Amino acid sequence: MRRYFGRKIFVYVLTFFAAVTINWMIPRLMPGDPIKSRLARASLSDSAAAEALYDYFNKMFGLDQPLWQQYLNFWVSLFQGDLGISIWNFPTPVTDLIMGAVPYSLGLLLPSIVISWFVGNWFGAYAARSKWLDNTILPLGYVLTATPYMWLALLLAWSMGIVAGWFPAAGSYGLSLQPAFTWTFIASLLEHWFLPFLSLFLVALGGWAIGMRNMIIYELESEYSNYLQALGAPRRLVRRYAFRNAMLPQITGLAVQLGTVVAGALLTEIVFSYQGLGYLILQAIQNQDFFLLQGAFLFIVIGVLIANFIIDVVYVLVDPRVRVQMQGGAK
Amino acid sequence: MTLEVSDLRVYYRTLRGDVRALDGPTFTLADGEIMGLAGESGSGKSTLSKSLIRLDGRMRYIGGDVVLDGDTVPVWDDRAMNDFRYKRISIIPQYAMSAMNPTRKIGRMIAELLESRGVRFREIRDELHRRLELVGLERDVLDRYPLELSGGMKQRTVMVISTLLNPSLLIADEVTSALDVSTQRAVAETLVEFRDREFVKSMIVVTHDISLVYQIADTIMVMYAGRLAEKAPAKTIIEMPRHPYTKMLLDSLPEVGVKYEDRRLSGIPGSPPGLLDPPQGCRFRDRCPLADEQCLEQPPFVEVESDHHVACWKAE
Amino acid sequence: MTAAQPLPDPTTAPEEPAAAAPEAPRREALYFALRNPKLIVGLTIVLLFLLVGLVVPPFLEHGPGDRYAPPLLPPSGEHWFGTTQFGQDLFTQFAYGVRATFLVGLLGGGIAAVIGMTIGFVAGYKGGWIDEVLNMLTNVVLVLPTLAALFIIAAYVDSYSVATQSFFIGMTSWPWAARAVRSQALSLSSRDFVDLARLSGVRPWKIIVRDIAPNMSSYLFMTFILLFGGAVLAAAGLDFVGLGPSDGMSLGLIMHQAVKWGALQLGVWWWFVPPGLGITAIVGAMYIMNVGLDEVFNPKLREM
Repeated sequence: MRRYFGRKIFVYVLTFFAAVTINWMIPRLMPGDPIKSRLARASLSDSAAAEALYDYFNKMFGLDQPLWQQYLNFWVSLFQGDLGISIWNFPTPVTDLIMGAVPYSLGLLLPSIVISWFVGNWFGAYAARSKWLDNTILPLGYVLTATPYMWLALLLAWSMGIVAGWFPAAGSYGLSLQPAFTWTFIASLLEHWFLPFLSLFLVALGGWAIGMRNMIIYELESEYSNYLQALGAPRRLVRRYAFRNAMLPQITGLAVQLGTVVAGALLTEIVFSYQGLGYLILQAIQNQDFFLLQGAFLFIVIGVLIANFIIDVVYVLVDPRVRVQMQGGAK
Repeated sequence: MTLEVSDLRVYYRTLRGDVRALDGPTFTLADGEIMGLAGESGSGKSTLSKSLIRLDGRMRYIGGDVVLDGDTVPVWDDRAMNDFRYKRISIIPQYAMSAMNPTRKIGRMIAELLESRGVRFREIRDELHRRLELVGLERDVLDRYPLELSGGMKQRTVMVISTLLNPSLLIADEVTSALDVSTQRAVAETLVEFRDREFVKSMIVVTHDISLVYQIADTIMVMYAGRLAEKAPAKTIIEMPRHPYTKMLLDSLPEVGVKYEDRRLSGIPGSPPGLLDPPQGCRFRDRCPLADEQCLEQPPFVEVESDHHVACWKAE
Repeated sequence: MTAAQPLPDPTTAPEEPAAAAPEAPRREALYFALRNPKLIVGLTIVLLFLLVGLVVPPFLEHGPGDRYAPPLLPPSGEHWFGTTQFGQDLFTQFAYGVRATFLVGLLGGGIAAVIGMTIGFVAGYKGGWIDEVLNMLTNVVLVLPTLAALFIIAAYVDSYSVATQSFFIGMTSWPWAARAVRSQALSLSSRDFVDLARLSGVRPWKIIVRDIAPNMSSYLFMTFILLFGGAVLAAAGLDFVGLGPSDGMSLGLIMHQAVKWGALQLGVWWWFVPPGLGITAIVGAMYIMNVGLDEVFNPKLREM
């Protein structure tokens, strides 16, 4: 058990290191004075603010210090929870901006990942029942998974949002409202949430359906399936076993797909101007706010690593073979 | 119980035509009889054993009858066959070691299987325990996952499972192929014990190892290229075979104590015919040293002496 | 980004055709290939788009950026896909965009394929600590949310070309290809003919290239197709956010401009629907073609 998780955690720690290092390295690889050029780009009107910012960043980057010290400083401030101050939204700390956006992104990601996983798996299993179903569900699944996230978002926003007017096509809640625990707000929130959610859900669905269909076919052709059928077990018992066994690799598949779905969520948010991390990142890019960009990236990395770890734990709980192997294996 | 098979024909449908894998064997099996079914790869023995319990995806029933204890066995009807499966005809598969669901505890899998077949697990549990003990397995095997068991243990567990409902006919499909010699012996002896204790009435033991099956079989039936060559009591087959194929098959077995310098191993030159377009008449004709024009006509499978059937014009 | 789901699961990987008799399986493969509807349909669609991307542009009067037509015209006989806010012909943009799409797919997918396959082969063949280290590396890059990383990298680079974009994409999408290739190579490496080659002192690279790879050629090809699709989607994502190559036209860029200039609110559907449709069609056709190829190469999957 320790070895299994130890390795996983080691990989995650390495990944985190790599991500932080990339973050730290990139601006320094670009030619010229990173700060000056960024500030010039950001074209701050207030020169006093520009001065303050320059001093701050100088200290932050510590360009007068040896490289290794700069690197260390970066880590230190990271552990202090200091992701810097936003250029675009000076003087708001990056952390605050991110924390404001995270609930929206999570609210989009969690339901769509979980629901699409379950529904997709169900569709995939269903497809394996008959050739006709298979020939409909499979191409549909492939087309869905080939659809760029932002394009489906655009289609939904346009058709259901603007043309049909069923749902709003922009924003995370009504413009006139303020976040509060009132019914009006929550209703507006849900209204604005639905289309982005649907968009994410549909594209992810395709992938799960296809994966599950392949896995189910594999399980149905396995030797234990054959044996059960030779002993006259009814189809539903065989299918039940096949389904449970096919779910297991789908759980690991979830971990692998996480990066893709997160990216898809970012793109979807941009289309809908939905105030999650994606939209924040877009504005960071447009406004050359590199601290915000770096902070958001690190945050996403941490989130993905945590999610991966959770999935690893769930897998151990669900697959008896792993548990048994860790307890000593065959006699 | 008796099993009567007459003119059973099962072909494999392929894009290039029908492969006549099982082309009309006719034989009977008596109560309590252990019959060894021997033959090389492609002889049709696997097709025969599969046909008796569950047709594979590509197998097509063409014709023939199977009667078990006076009841017609509807081998062509997958759904109707379910009444026979496990309760009257059962199988120990070739892949016994991977025959159990890897993510289910063994006891739970057995319980779910039995319940789905309309057998209450509670009623049969004690018998299950007894049989596990009989084959040398602890009761707590039921609480384990298959991967916790060794290969031999899995084999024995599957043997118990397959015979739990006391089927009339048990098909043991190459159950010793993947085992080491001492385990082979243990398994063979267990099979006999199952019959002696009347857990099963009769058995077809499919094998390509005649020397092993000789130890336990009452009769041996030799197949070649989808057809029956010879069937006789085990002793007779080994000592006085009449079909040229059987003779050559036995001759190619190495004799204990005989060295290569003294006598070379003989084989049977050539290879079995392709069954997509089988030759006319006796299918062993091309490799048989005794063949002549008469063999262009398929010899019937006749009883040349008591309980001894041969399909050869040249059987003296 | 690559959808890992359509990946041919290494556990159900196609059996390697016998190296001994190359003639018969090849002819048989061709026979089945010509009769497989998924393969035919997928290939036709892909070739159609390829044609559009390659052949059409030279015949077009104007460049994709030329502002010569009345703005925001819906599709008509003269402007098949309508025009943009600035009077640019959308069909022209589309054709050039398709060309860029194929380029990125080939380059990005190719680079990812080369890296992934190399790492996969070496890890699968060598085993031991090399395998461990490479596995570690693969896992790290796999877990890293690569599109987010690409955002960061692309944001810092001022201007770059399609080749650079392909390079970045290739460098981040190879992990699952490495994994898939590794497990196949692992099983092949334990086969007797490889042992024989090893014993005869053939150098590892030669063994990989001469003995192992040809026996997985169909698998490698299918992996490449999936990487192609993934690269196209990744590039589209980058372009859409505005982080694409500074020169040239791409389908993602068209969508980016559409959103930037309010096509959604204005109801200018002909601006953003065709480019996305093009990507979906090309990538989807490739995936379906892949399934067809799997059926051709893997006899067990063929319907009787």
